[in-house]
Amino acid sequence: MSTDLIDVQAPAIEVRGLFKSFGDNEVLKGIDLTVTPGEVVCVIGPSGSGKSTLLRSVNLLEEPTGGSIIIEGIDVTDPDVDIDRVRTRIGMVFQSFNLFPHLDVLGNLTLAQRRVLKRSKAEADEIAHEMLARVGLSEKADAFPGHLSGGQQQRVAIARALCMNPDMMLFDEPTSALDPELVGEVLQVMRTLADEGMTMLVVTHEMGFAREVSSRLIFIDGGVIVEEGDPREVLANPQHPRTQDFLSRVL
Amino acid sequence: MAMRRTTRTKLYRFTMYAIFIAIVVWVALATDWVKITTVFFNVEVAIKQFPNIIVIALRNTILFTLIAFVGGAILGVLFAIMKLSSVGPYRWFATAWIELFRGMPAILTLFIIAYGLPIGLGFQMPGGAIVSGLLGLIMVSSAYIAEVVRSGIQAVPKGQTEASRSLGMSPMKTMFWVVLPQGFRIIIPPMTNEFVLLLKDTSLLFVVGSTLATKELTTFARDAQSVDANSTPLIMAALLYLVVTIPLTRAVAWLERKMAKQR
Repeated sequence: MSTDLIDVQAPAIEVRGLFKSFGDNEVLKGIDLTVTPGEVVCVIGPSGSGKSTLLRSVNLLEEPTGGSIIIEGIDVTDPDVDIDRVRTRIGMVFQSFNLFPHLDVLGNLTLAQRRVLKRSKAEADEIAHEMLARVGLSEKADAFPGHLSGGQQQRVAIARALCMNPDMMLFDEPTSALDPELVGEVLQVMRTLADEGMTMLVVTHEMGFAREVSSRLIFIDGGVIVEEGDPREVLANPQHPRTQDFLSRVL
Repeated sequence: MAMRRTTRTKLYRFTMYAIFIAIVVWVALATDWVKITTVFFNVEVAIKQFPNIIVIALRNTILFTLIAFVGGAILGVLFAIMKLSSVGPYRWFATAWIELFRGMPAILTLFIIAYGLPIGLGFQMPGGAIVSGLLGLIMVSSAYIAEVVRSGIQAVPKGQTEASRSLGMSPMKTMFWVVLPQGFRIIIPPMTNEFVLLLKDTSLLFVVGSTLATKELTTFARDAQSVDANSTPLIMAALLYLVVTIPLTRAVAWLERKMAKQR
């Protein structure tokens, strides 16, 4: 695979034997996953399969009950690790955008730059405008999130994450809350990011995006990785009966 | 003969108005207006209250309200955050504080602080009784405000905290820059309510005793009433409370409408 070329570097994300339970409900049952820099990995699976929980465990929004998460060589499940520092290198995009409604777009994009990275206002503003241009929303810097469409809000959310200059991006069903006609603009931004070499872990229902953009596709069901491989092959010729069953229902 | 329904409704309304007007006329005729005016709306007594009822009494009422509100708000935010803390002892202390001062009559709190402490422990509050009284009001208001702030914090969607933490913001920064600013918008109406309640509760300072300089509206009016055996000062005090509270509640309603539009 093409990813062999950059094997010398530490993996961007390494998940080892990850378990996660909510009370008696065991959602993840031993997940092993490695994402190398520059890889775009899409995660698909039925609802309740644990794919969002897996993604949210990577930046420790969910505390694993077992196993470890290693980000660029640092075991973030070690209680001594400064998780806030590690998180600045992991951009996260949510299904429901989660923009800060009390701040305008520029405020959303500069808050963490200034409070976490301690950038000056001028520097933070400049980077914010640059990222807004990247997602095609330069003219919306002064708008409040409530005045933007869902697609625009999600693009602002992507820009907000990019402002931290992350080494990798996590996408948690980024288009699932959007009206169908707004999905394309968000996918386009993500596609550009992927083309530019961003490391991405994407939980999605967009099979077209997974097929065309991802370098690897992972199918999760019942808290375990059932099947993984080249997206075209997995989608066209699934090996496992559960993958076949799932794909027959969504495609 | 069957009446039409609209005719019957009109007749019913007419009867109701007639009865109402009859009662008003009867009360007006039966009332001794001269006596009422002399006792409650006595111009001579009213004039005597100026300027002190404004420059001392109203000023003190507003000043004491502000002190108790600001003090209560600072402590209230602190206790709200403590009550939501994952650290047990913080949570227990905040819960105990809130339950204690919310559950006890405010007047009892004032008695304990203003009389209980000096008499029982020989502790003299620097600044005198009024400082004790204000501390008591701060404690009481902090308990109520803590609950209001807590509800505001919890009304902010969890996704906001997650987004902020994902950007590398610490729990403290997240609280200060993301959660509290949104929580405060939610709690503006109940906080106004607290302010109005507190404005009226400053009248409880009556029980801690006062000098001329520390009289608030109710104490001032009560003392002035006994001087002339005339209730006009009480009516004046009542009007002065309304002069503050009504514009305040109107202004906040306006602010709420304006902010609703901005969203």
